[in-house]
Amino acid sequence: MARPSGVQGGLRLDAHKQRSTAHPLRTASPPEHLVLPLDQHAGAAAVPIVAPGDRVLLGQPIAEPGGTVSAWLHSPVSGTVTTIEPRPSPRHHGAPALSVVIANDAMDERHAPAATSSFEHQSAGQLREHLERGGIVGLGGAVFPMSVKVDAAAAHSAPQVLLNGVECEPYISCDDVLMRERAQDVVLGGSILLHAVGAETCIIAVEDDMPEAARALSSAVDRQHDERIQIAIVPRVYPAGGQRQLITTVFGVEVPYDALPTEIGILCQNVATAAAVARWVRDGQPLTSRIVTVTGDGVQHPANLEVRLGTPVSSLIADCGGYTERMTRLIMGGSMMGVALPYDELPVIKSTNCVIAASALDLQPRAAELPCIRCGNCADVCPAILLPQQLHWYVQGRNLEALETYGLMDCIECGCCDYVCPSQIPLAERFREMKPVLLRTRIGRATADASRSAFEARTDRIARLEAAQRAALARKRQAVRDKQS
Amino acid sequence: MLPALLTMVGLAAAAGVAAAFAARRSTADQDRLIDEIDALLPQTQCGRCTFVGCRPYATALANGEADINQCPPGGDATAAALARLLNREARPVDPRFGIVPVRPLVAWIDESACIGCVKCIQACPVDAIVGASKFMHTVIAAQCTGCELCIPPCPVDCIVMRPAPAAELRPGQSSVARETMHALET
Amino acid sequence: MRQVLYALVPTVALHVVFFGPGLLVQIILGVATALLCEAAALRLRGKPLPPFLLDGSAIITAVLLALCLPPLAPWWLVVSGVAFAILLAKHLFGGLGANPFNPAMVGYAVLLVSFPARLLQWLPPNVAGFEPVSLSFVDTLTTILTGTPPARFTWDAITSPTPLDALRTDLALGMTMGEAHANALFSAFGGKGWEWINLATLAGGGWLLALRIIRWQIPVAMLTALFVCALIMSAADAGAYAGPLFHLTAGASMLGAFFIATDPVSAATSNRGKLIYGAGIGVLTYIIRTFGGYPDGVAFAVLIMNLAVPLIDRYTIPRIYGHAR
Repeated sequence: MARPSGVQGGLRLDAHKQRSTAHPLRTASPPEHLVLPLDQHAGAAAVPIVAPGDRVLLGQPIAEPGGTVSAWLHSPVSGTVTTIEPRPSPRHHGAPALSVVIANDAMDERHAPAATSSFEHQSAGQLREHLERGGIVGLGGAVFPMSVKVDAAAAHSAPQVLLNGVECEPYISCDDVLMRERAQDVVLGGSILLHAVGAETCIIAVEDDMPEAARALSSAVDRQHDERIQIAIVPRVYPAGGQRQLITTVFGVEVPYDALPTEIGILCQNVATAAAVARWVRDGQPLTSRIVTVTGDGVQHPANLEVRLGTPVSSLIADCGGYTERMTRLIMGGSMMGVALPYDELPVIKSTNCVIAASALDLQPRAAELPCIRCGNCADVCPAILLPQQLHWYVQGRNLEALETYGLMDCIECGCCDYVCPSQIPLAERFREMKPVLLRTRIGRATADASRSAFEARTDRIARLEAAQRAALARKRQAVRDKQS
Repeated sequence: MLPALLTMVGLAAAAGVAAAFAARRSTADQDRLIDEIDALLPQTQCGRCTFVGCRPYATALANGEADINQCPPGGDATAAALARLLNREARPVDPRFGIVPVRPLVAWIDESACIGCVKCIQACPVDAIVGASKFMHTVIAAQCTGCELCIPPCPVDCIVMRPAPAAELRPGQSSVARETMHALET
Repeated sequence: MRQVLYALVPTVALHVVFFGPGLLVQIILGVATALLCEAAALRLRGKPLPPFLLDGSAIITAVLLALCLPPLAPWWLVVSGVAFAILLAKHLFGGLGANPFNPAMVGYAVLLVSFPARLLQWLPPNVAGFEPVSLSFVDTLTTILTGTPPARFTWDAITSPTPLDALRTDLALGMTMGEAHANALFSAFGGKGWEWINLATLAGGGWLLALRIIRWQIPVAMLTALFVCALIMSAADAGAYAGPLFHLTAGASMLGAFFIATDPVSAATSNRGKLIYGAGIGVLTYIIRTFGGYPDGVAFAVLIMNLAVPLIDRYTIPRIYGHAR
């Protein structure tokens, strides 16, 4: 493994989090209809196990995993399944995805919770099986099915747990509020994960500009009496919360480019994921809601809301007093890596951490794009230690071999290079578009190699058979000659 | 004047001889070049380039006996990559060797018509068809390179080419898929 | 890019103090030519005039080239040099961001190779110990625009070599360093006038460094390499080779280190590459000055290292996070 190097590059950005953290967490109004896309996690889409017309209860599983890397989906309300059909999904920028639509009967009748014996008395394997049925995915944004990572980490000889509370992207404050108000859930989640993977240390990483969160976590750790859990304060630099960057900062090791953190024994989960784990194991409540930050100059009263999955974004805006007349664009995510939403009738899904109703105050007008002058600002700030100016050059020329050499696939799309470019080149966007092309080339090369092996195997086999035939024929001729003589 | 002229001519001749010497490739270098060329080819093994398989074409290219624009399954992208590697002028695929496929295709046997004659199995260069004499023949789509060599031998004409499922790439169709996927997504 | 022009103000000011207002005329002619050529090239390439025309890159090229030319050089020298730089060295290669060679140095190299004698006709510095060549501004202007000095002067009467040029000639004539330095052109550690200009350039460059407009790798590498080469050679034979302080303050050393070699488009990409690039320029500058055919080597040193940049870049790609090498 490469020698550790500490995190390079990055930017100090204005946080823009004061308005959304000024008030305590509220609950969003439950909507009349909930739209639940079946593919709101990484991997294979879930497969529905209910049908239109079925009555469902709060917390009842409505879709099962559709492959090895997949997750359960549970109903966030009690009510009736109206239909299962393609509906616009924020994950696809409004393009349709197969979704389960549920009519809320407002009674919140709960599904019988899964039996919860004290988790320490379960074996690690039993606990992992139980975790799998909670529908919990990485709530930091990647929505990777947590149990797949947990299983992988448990297979390592000396795993460690890292809870990522380093909410470095501006505007997003849902994790900050979670840690302030539900620190005990986060810490309990840490203990549960420690047991599930068989680890000895759990580190909760927090940014140095979140003192209330750090204090709350500290007292929660004391109350939990779990000495294996420690808190680490990390300097406020974007993107310190990137998984690989955080692992390097906290543990001093680099994750090899062709490996996952679990392969070097580190289970890195967002603090909200850990809190969801606590709610599932302790209260029997699967993942049916999450905290969403609603902020920006385009909304009247920014806030953090506990939102049931499937709630339309428009309902959240209404809960926050509606739009201001300055609102110009709706963004899902933060200001560096968020994506624009075409309209607000899209549902909150497991990856919706923040909604920014942006006005001209929040958005920097983009000037005309000029050619790259190779100033090197981008290389200075890249946390993956890439040369974005070279990547840009080769993206323009579509030189796939050079893009491989210069590490396009190592780009974490954080947007730092974009931010500092004096020529206003949308670098992160270009790299994001080019990565699938490069990936397909790699896959193509692998499949070509497979074809070549099959062809060579067949050629060899035919040659062997022919040689055997010739040898047999020669032996027969020899036998005939021997007989004649 | 004369000494200067003789010096220039002598130097030029020496340089020419040295360059010719350096340009000769040892057998190992030639093999390495053939490997490099072969790595760029899509491994469809279809024979449209007039050679029997991808490696003979790579060998011919290395010996300067073939041009870089003879591989339709590789498409213009492969022709360009070959031109870059061999320092030749980049050109699009010559239509005389075949049409560049727009999307990846795989063979499909109409099982209701198949008579179990094994002629297609013998023709397939990558063993992508399973079956035996008088038993049903089936194409393993994931193995099929789209070379179409199975179609002429079939006595009942029961094999057709169908688009490969979009999500997966077919073996041997790397370059085509590269172009098509991008074209489909823009 | 505007800050680069501001950083050149001390250099230009001291240049005018020591060598008269000719430089200002050259700058005006150069900038006018640069903007005209830039506009014409942009039109021909179908690019919009704003924002490219006034982004400052053409103006900087013109100013740098003007600084390299003798103050009384005829108008067609700076005009043709700048035209060459903008049209051939910049736009023919693809315009802003695409030129592999430093445009100002290409322009200068073309002039130097085509009109070597003209480029050696500098003025004596305006310091004690010299007959002041008091050309009025009007006289300066007419000299430049007509190519001939005013009636009461001849070229030989008003021109003088630069310290680097004088050193070359004297050493070639067999003088030792001490004898050559006795020439009135030389002061304690450098050439009269030139040392102050170089110090002003150093100040301007330091300001750019503080603003993080340029990075330290190229200037420090170039000046260190030049210093070390001169130190070693002058220690070996002080009579035949000039000392390091002289080299650092002579000719275009500082201008080259902070304003010419740091042109980001034609320089190496990674920080390690920049160190190698800068050091190469320093070494080549010393070699050309000492053993080569021209008094100052900065221009050709920069152009040669521009040629080497793709090779340097190929071998100095930084280790990507998570990769072994």
